[in-house]
Amino acid sequence: MPSSPRIALPKRESELYSAYWDQARTFPDGERIRNCIQCGSCTGSCPVSHAMDVSPRQIVALFRAGFLEDVLKSRTIWLCASCYACTVRCPAGIRVTDNLYALKRLAKKRGLHPRRFPAHAMSEAFCRNLRLFGRNWELWLGLRYYLSAAPTKLLSRDLQRFVLTLLKRKRLALGPTRIRRVAEVRAIMDKAESIGEV
Amino acid sequence: MEFAYYPGCSLEATGKPYDVSLRRVFGRLGIGLHEIEDWNCCGATSYISVNKLASYAVSARNLAYAEKMGLDVCAPCSSCYTILSKVNRHMRWGSGHRERINEALAAAGLSYAAETEVLHPLDILCHYYGIERIVERASRRLGGVRIAPYYGCQIVRPMGRFDDPEDPQQLDNVFRALGGDVVPFPVKVRCCGGMLMTTFEDAALKLNRDILEAASEIRADVIVTTCPMCQLNLEAYQKRINAVFGTRFEMPVVFFSQLLGLALGFSVEEMQLDRMVVRPDGITRKLVEVTA
Repeated sequence: MPSSPRIALPKRESELYSAYWDQARTFPDGERIRNCIQCGSCTGSCPVSHAMDVSPRQIVALFRAGFLEDVLKSRTIWLCASCYACTVRCPAGIRVTDNLYALKRLAKKRGLHPRRFPAHAMSEAFCRNLRLFGRNWELWLGLRYYLSAAPTKLLSRDLQRFVLTLLKRKRLALGPTRIRRVAEVRAIMDKAESIGEV
Repeated sequence: MEFAYYPGCSLEATGKPYDVSLRRVFGRLGIGLHEIEDWNCCGATSYISVNKLASYAVSARNLAYAEKMGLDVCAPCSSCYTILSKVNRHMRWGSGHRERINEALAAAGLSYAAETEVLHPLDILCHYYGIERIVERASRRLGGVRIAPYYGCQIVRPMGRFDDPEDPQQLDNVFRALGGDVVPFPVKVRCCGGMLMTTFEDAALKLNRDILEAASEIRADVIVTTCPMCQLNLEAYQKRINAVFGTRFEMPVVFFSQLLGLALGFSVEEMQLDRMVVRPDGITRKLVEVTA
């Protein structure tokens, strides 16, 4: 992790920044990230900060010091489980979770992810499910995710036992529910994606 | 009292007991739930991580149909509840957002004015229907069942529209009124990890271990949840947690609607308690019939 602050941003970074600010203007209080006082309430509130390579407070510090690419490549943004504890506690009114979503979108768009970890595989599998069926089929989602992110996991006894237990309790669907007008869902997705605002 | 019902994908399979018990409970109380016809997935935390506008637009399709029904929406899944509420907030905020979502909806011949409210069933029960009226309809007392009320994240945060984000009280109030021994539960709004159970299992297992441990320490008979994701993580992964951490949890984790249904006189089967992974026999033994 770089530690010395830079004065002028390299071209690649400044381009990332302008893409980020385009994002930040599309949700309420998105630009408040400038108001961070580095108090660490976000990190202290985060239930998974212990597993992060960069803490939420450090994310903001790196972001403001001009190291956006390092932020985008961190595991941190993908470890966020969207519990919003940081968001309700931030004394500067920063919607940390929404900012992390914006960072995820940017990372995804630029194809940046932590080394040897396709963290965005879950969201990709999820979207494919949505387009195919209009609803989420859990068995298919799990299969798709593990196939692209961690195929050996499919051989794990624990996972198989877990699936079996749920099947026995009739709590896993063996087939998808495809909605009748799935074409509407696809049309909305296509149109919205073509508008270009992500 | 009538609502458009948006079950969400989890309630079709892993969270089916939530769906069945909630419909029955609302039916008995005379609250109408009308399923939004041909509803689609809300996109959850995944689609918003890829494309926010598209994720909101797809969610708004459900709200557009609810608007046609002329009813506010009841959304029992915490994740759906938050996403649908975020769609409303987004469309009502700043300029151009309502228009852009509607531009996308128009591709399917739909439109949405963003005037339909999204409510959680717990909110409906406590604030629209009223706890006193629920107690009047109850035919059983929860005879000192030790209940750990677990709210999870996404019904109290980020908006905290009907309860305190740090120390919510509605589950506590309902079950205390029904005779349950609701224990102080310091981790009531701690995160279960949600989808992390699939993507970062180590981190999620630890979170769930901590919640189960807190419930065991105060000798709870049952953890009561409001969210299909929390319920699945805490219950179905308990064996795995025991194996990884050398613990011996055997903690029933049920949906609040299931326990509420028992108090209203429904049977164990009607409340789908036989479909749980950890059998909640400890609760049923403690129920006390109310003699009229």
